[in-house]
Amino acid sequence: MVKRLKKGYDIALIGKPAEKIAGSIHSDTYCFKPTDFKGISRPKVLVNEGDIVKAGTPIFVDKRNEKAVFTSPVSGEVVAIIRGEKRVPLEIKILADKTTEYVVFPQQNPSSLSSEQIKNTLLESGVWINLLERPFGLVPNPENTPKNIFISCFDTSPLAPDYEFIFKDELKYLQTGIDALSKLFNPSQKGKVVLGTKEKSIFKNLKGVETHEFSGPHPAGNVGVQIHHTYPINKGEIVWTTTPYGLQQIGRLFLDGKYDARKVIALAGSEVKTPQYYEVTAQTCINKLVEGNIKPEKNVRYISGNVLTGEKLAKDGYLGYYANMITVIPEGNYYEFFGWIAPSANKISFSRALGLFSFLTPKKARVADTNMHGEERAFVQTGEFEKVVPMDILPAFLLKAIVANDYEGMEDLGIYEVLEEDFALCEFIDVSKIEVQSLLREGMNALMES
Amino acid sequence: MKFLRNILDKVKPNFEKGGKFEKLHPAYDAFETFAFVPNHTTPAKGSQIRDGVDLKRMMVTVIVAMLPCLFFGMWNVGYQHHLATGAAPEMLTQLLIGAWVVLPVVAVSYAVGLGIEFYFAIRNGHSVNEGYLVSGMLIPLILPPTIPLWQVALCTGLAVLVAKEVFGGTGMNILNIAMTARAILYFAYPVSMAGSSVWAYLGKPFDLNAAIFGAKNLATVEGYSGATALGIVAEHSANLTKAKQAFEGQGVAILSKADDWSKTEVFSDWNMFMGWIPGSIGETSTLMCLIGAAILIFTGVGSWKIIVSAFAGTYLMAYLMNLLAINAFMGLPAHYHIVMGGVAFGIVFMATDPVTATHTETGKWIYGFLIGVLTVLIRVFNPAYPEGIMLAVLLMNVFAPLIDFYVIDANKQRRKKRLKYVTA
Repeated sequence: MVKRLKKGYDIALIGKPAEKIAGSIHSDTYCFKPTDFKGISRPKVLVNEGDIVKAGTPIFVDKRNEKAVFTSPVSGEVVAIIRGEKRVPLEIKILADKTTEYVVFPQQNPSSLSSEQIKNTLLESGVWINLLERPFGLVPNPENTPKNIFISCFDTSPLAPDYEFIFKDELKYLQTGIDALSKLFNPSQKGKVVLGTKEKSIFKNLKGVETHEFSGPHPAGNVGVQIHHTYPINKGEIVWTTTPYGLQQIGRLFLDGKYDARKVIALAGSEVKTPQYYEVTAQTCINKLVEGNIKPEKNVRYISGNVLTGEKLAKDGYLGYYANMITVIPEGNYYEFFGWIAPSANKISFSRALGLFSFLTPKKARVADTNMHGEERAFVQTGEFEKVVPMDILPAFLLKAIVANDYEGMEDLGIYEVLEEDFALCEFIDVSKIEVQSLLREGMNALMES
Repeated sequence: MKFLRNILDKVKPNFEKGGKFEKLHPAYDAFETFAFVPNHTTPAKGSQIRDGVDLKRMMVTVIVAMLPCLFFGMWNVGYQHHLATGAAPEMLTQLLIGAWVVLPVVAVSYAVGLGIEFYFAIRNGHSVNEGYLVSGMLIPLILPPTIPLWQVALCTGLAVLVAKEVFGGTGMNILNIAMTARAILYFAYPVSMAGSSVWAYLGKPFDLNAAIFGAKNLATVEGYSGATALGIVAEHSANLTKAKQAFEGQGVAILSKADDWSKTEVFSDWNMFMGWIPGSIGETSTLMCLIGAAILIFTGVGSWKIIVSAFAGTYLMAYLMNLLAINAFMGLPAHYHIVMGGVAFGIVFMATDPVTATHTETGKWIYGFLIGVLTVLIRVFNPAYPEGIMLAVLLMNVFAPLIDFYVIDANKQRRKKRLKYVTA
């Protein structure tokens, strides 16, 4: 049965990637950024500048979660370790070899392995970090056992890569990934791997899973939304999530015996000459991808990820670990004369307020720039947040509980069920221009520390 | 445009940190952002694009929704003036007389309210909020045309201070600011706010003294009553038959002397719906309020749930009263309650104030409905206050957090129940 979600909003942008993989791009440098991960409390760099690493060599660990090592995506030389305040590591840069050498792991069939063996293989290869633990979106602690493992098989965010296209020939790896994950449960608790798919989907061919179909506007493809509508997270429960990219990695680890961090990502956005797909390796420098691919416009923003949850990058910045796309849009650093009253059909808006006409043609793709379109104001509850969060959660009240440091309120109002991406649309539509996502993270941090 | 930008850029350093007028930055900022949406871009992390809407545009949408009421109200002030004084009616003159009376009230309301907003913004170093743009327009529309300007200034100042700034400014207030302003005047200066002599401007046309101090230097035509429909019914509520006579016969006869056009019943449901009756400046026309409601609902700025449930509450309660009909007020046909007095204006523009209304969607149904019910109850059972909407809105403002509390609690309980079900 299809779960049809009504609430939400699809932001139609120009620059949707064409269904074509334009080639494989191997960058000279790669960079591991601990800031891509949440809740890292005791970071430790395991390599020194000048060390030679292979793809799969441990380079970093959070001593709070010591078994889950982070490994290098490529082979090469560690050329720089950049640290910030209190010597917190911010970047580990690796100069890559022309051809990648891999740490060798045994090729094996996960069905014949024990739960411990699978865990250990995933942990030591670094593939483990493809899993995320909810609540809070952390790298999972291997001591925990998840209630279920959820995978959303489609991405509804603006200009998002089409998983049906990317993974159409990868089902073998995905299936192996699922076989491995389904061994991670406590046998007495009947945990399962749960997929959320579109109505028509290649992912329905995967076996050993429970499949739920979803349709509706963004964020119907968010795994958090799908969890909420299948087996919601209660206080004290732990679930894990991953993506088809994660499954692919796990599958390669067991079938090919290596940490193969290559993935197909989308290069999209209104400022890209020909938006399409590229094969890259995780944590790549983006300069080779964007060089010559951007319209002759200097004032652009490179984004690791999608426009709702992404992160601004320099032109020679590095793709975030969990990012599956690069979006390039114009910067909005201009003044707009009477911009708060001038009528416009080009400004994308969820609202129909005076002079905003984008609602007349909601499907028409538009250019969005990074202008705030207004100043930050005191929080005014307009009741709009509720219209873009398709869950039985009151976002405005949850955020208020966070502002008020009301821990019990946060728990009771469902903070365990959401991550930043689930409230990203609230941040987009907010008239007061509040940074909703970072506020939500503040609340999660407060709860984690309590 | 470029010219203005250059000027702004030139003086800007004076208002920034270390500049000569550093402290006045919020004031500069208010003017700058009025002329130009700033060049701020989204932060490095989080949503990289933002919706085209902002608080200014939202507020302007509400103001535009009020414009039909404002313009109709200005004309009606002139029209009532002609009715009362027996002068020959002429539409343009009526509009001009109305403007002469109304615009100063609007100006004073904005000057005083925004002045206080600017003061607090500068004092506390935050930016000037747009919230008052709406309150500043609402206040004139719910005052009688004869209101002395100093009273406008007084009630505006007190309301902004007591109802808003002490709570922390826009977004934090519990009571609707405009309704608070009206309530302050209503209880402090009842002579200016109630009775039958305040609803028609009786100054000479374009007389400064009359506009500022509310001087009445023109005589009314013989037998002119000037009472509002609600006033008439309240006065005679003890006697059903007498009230009916007063309402349907006498009142009409008196008023019709002044004007051929209104020889039909002055307080017929049609006239009250259209709004050419005595009353506060902007609230007489139900039609104009409904146009405003249509704008608010279509743009999504006002909650249709509150508007619909409040009208439903008014009608159902009035209908219930009507079934019992033991006094004049209760005998009034139910739909009269909707077209009489300020109920439509209050529901459309006051009850929907997103800050003071309930914030939960379920809560909005309850909140609106109870405003309607309370309005009729106050009107019918408390002859001291012929108009019930003001107190109903203020009362429900106070109860809104309580309604929300229960709706939110239900949400929390659903989550807890789920946990019990899982662990059981």
